[in-house]
Amino acid sequence: MSDRTLETTEHTATQPESETKGSFDFAYWWDRVGILLVLIALVILMAAMAPNFASVDNLLNIARSIAINAILAAGLTFVILTAGIDLSVGSTLAVAGVVSVLTAVAGMPTPVAVLLGILAGAAAGLVNGLLTAYLSLAAFIVTLGSMTYLRGLAYTMTDGQPVVDNMLSFRDIGNGYFAGIPAPVVIMVIVYAVAWFVLERTRYGRHVYAVGGNAEAARLAGINVKRVITSVYVIGGACAGLAGVIFAARVVSAQPTAGTSYELDAIAAVVLGGTSLMGGRGRIAGTLIGSIILGVLSTGLILMNVPFFTQLLIKGAVIIFAVAVDSLKQGPLRLHRRAATPAPRG
Amino acid sequence: MSAEHDAPLLRLEGVTKRFGATLALGGVDFDLRAGEVHALLGENGAGKSTLMKVLAGNEQRDAGRILLDGEEIEIRSPAEARQHGIAIIHQELNTVATMTVAENLALGQEPRSRYGALDRRGMVRSAQQKLARIGAGIDPRRRLGALSVGMQQMVEIARAVSERARILVLDEPTAALSRAEAGQLYRLVDEMREDGVGLVYISHRMEEVWQLADRVTVFRDGARIGTRDKDDVRPPDVVRMMVGRPVEDLYQHDRRRPGGVLLDVEGLTGSGVGPASFQVRAGEVVCLAGLIGSGRTEIARLVFGADKPSAGTVRVAGRAVNPTSPRDGIRAGLAMVPESRKDQALFLPHSVESNIDISSLGQHTTVGVLHRRRIREAVSTQMEGLRLRRNALRLPVKSLSGGNQQKAALARWLMRESEVLILDEPTRGVDIGAKSEIYELINQLTERGKAVLVVSSDLPEAIGISDRILVMRAGHIVHELDSHAATEEDVMFHATGAVGGDQGETDE
Repeated sequence: MSDRTLETTEHTATQPESETKGSFDFAYWWDRVGILLVLIALVILMAAMAPNFASVDNLLNIARSIAINAILAAGLTFVILTAGIDLSVGSTLAVAGVVSVLTAVAGMPTPVAVLLGILAGAAAGLVNGLLTAYLSLAAFIVTLGSMTYLRGLAYTMTDGQPVVDNMLSFRDIGNGYFAGIPAPVVIMVIVYAVAWFVLERTRYGRHVYAVGGNAEAARLAGINVKRVITSVYVIGGACAGLAGVIFAARVVSAQPTAGTSYELDAIAAVVLGGTSLMGGRGRIAGTLIGSIILGVLSTGLILMNVPFFTQLLIKGAVIIFAVAVDSLKQGPLRLHRRAATPAPRG
Repeated sequence: MSAEHDAPLLRLEGVTKRFGATLALGGVDFDLRAGEVHALLGENGAGKSTLMKVLAGNEQRDAGRILLDGEEIEIRSPAEARQHGIAIIHQELNTVATMTVAENLALGQEPRSRYGALDRRGMVRSAQQKLARIGAGIDPRRRLGALSVGMQQMVEIARAVSERARILVLDEPTAALSRAEAGQLYRLVDEMREDGVGLVYISHRMEEVWQLADRVTVFRDGARIGTRDKDDVRPPDVVRMMVGRPVEDLYQHDRRRPGGVLLDVEGLTGSGVGPASFQVRAGEVVCLAGLIGSGRTEIARLVFGADKPSAGTVRVAGRAVNPTSPRDGIRAGLAMVPESRKDQALFLPHSVESNIDISSLGQHTTVGVLHRRRIREAVSTQMEGLRLRRNALRLPVKSLSGGNQQKAALARWLMRESEVLILDEPTRGVDIGAKSEIYELINQLTERGKAVLVVSSDLPEAIGISDRILVMRAGHIVHELDSHAATEEDVMFHATGAVGGDQGETDE
């Protein structure tokens, strides 16, 4: 083949690339560091405005309060990466907490109680996953249903009353410290490290992205799409189970109302972190930052004595802002075009 | 260059468009007369599409003038383009598949009844009139998505005509049409030319350009290389203008003595197709030819396991393959590059690398953990072999040209060393340079003892790159031809069921 062909081909391949090189590509950079900048700005703002915000005690407190939502969001990131959704994580959290407390109170060894809690969450996820993947039901509807039945299950198991045990065997999971750091925070860090490794460094992780990016192409590329979809709900459920155990340990009781509407904060954290609800795009680190932003925002607003109603207004606006930025990110060309429109008039 | 005595309907002067550092159009002149078909040729990325986007109001030019009837105009949005009487029929259709034909034709100007409610009957009536004007016998009450691509295109043209478009741009209109549908389109183009419409016709198909065009303009690298009256040039001259070098022989195919049977299909039956039985040997290229809708793609998909067959067996190198799972086929050595690379093959937002390696990850992992460096090396090797730039590795695959996207889709299976490759329309929407590279690649594959099954609508291609042609009609393989001796007429003869070409087809 002559040199000329080579040139032609290379030329075509260059075109889009120079687009990123030539002008400042907002979308590209926002994708990398944008959300981190938002977090840093937010922390500086809070440190300046809220009394005691920057104290070590307060920061550790924030970290502990973030842990539960962050763990829910970590599992949910897997689900959303496959273009799915799980609305039942809040109710799953409650069921898992109830299961672990009841088994502990019944005298089971601590590891068994904790493990059963997590397994209860995974089982709930398995049902969601099987229904979504193998019966091709819409995940939104399936998990809306399980959100309700799981809450019912939590009430049924406790007769609608909290089961309190001040000497709960695994209470340290919620209240203890590990090298001076609250246990929930340590668990959260481990969860994120594992999730990052799985998504970025394993074949399974690549399959998750592929299924979310284009399910039909994934199937024709030889990926077992149904199994991948089922598995992400199991992961989502197991994370919710773990969060439920931590929650129960923290309040040394089984609360059938635990985790009500937590799914919304978890989804918000994932989306804030830049994961697309359309699937196939996003990063687990973003989810962690998204959770921290939400946590810092709530705590900071409380410290600043902002009324609860106003807090809701601000949080809602932040979430919508994040989604708006995400949608701009999807179409960098559109951004270019808008910028270019007024130019030729001159 | 344009004739002074024939005042142009549309004239573009010095139109320039940059995307970042890339000059997509560098001061391009172009003119279009009323009542002519002006063909626009060039490889993908040559600038034709950008020029048409400027004309359609989808992109804003950075410099230059647009004159309509000698008066300078601005086209800031698609709506403005339409007000000026400029209509574009895109490759990707601009219609709403879930709505009916009538609803699509009325889009944005739905008729109201006296009480302000939607006047459905009026809508259907006016749709019937619009369709009748272009001689398309389509029931306006049908859902648009249920129609063939060709018919959907007719609906778009009907809309353009009804809006009294004076300038109609057709961007690769026949890429997805059957021969009968294309014939219908050609007649329509002729009629519109008679009516004094100026038509810009973008196509990769030289024969149809020669059949339709009055003038031909060639683009390369964002510049206009030249405009010629069709009667003054021959196709090879134009191809030379397009690629900047002479193309002696586009199709490359060395015949070799075929080896053992790699793909053995027996009695394969699916909904509306089969039973089909055939074999492909090592070192052999077999082409499934036939009209659109004859079942070629369906057979290819059944072989791969993409769809569920109702009967039949597929053996790859002697091993029976579970026919309901692409995964099992892939393990046995099957590979398929499907018809629509965007919908069925590629993960568009993902990097080129992750598009190529996705089916070979298992060969580069230990207990599920990826060996990233090894993967990167293997992907790079494939990319080099396909003349894809190494630094395209991390770019999203959607930012590549059609030809390079197709190469990435192919690279996926090359990396896996698949034994039997099924390529469904491997060069559709691909520029001539990439086309010849893909042919070269197929040739190399057979040299390495692979078996290749190609589905192609492009008859010269089907004949030029294969050893044998299996002609399909109405779901069945009706004839087998030796490509060496076959002509396009032979293939069409069997594909149409003969008796006078495409006569009986046009009414549908």
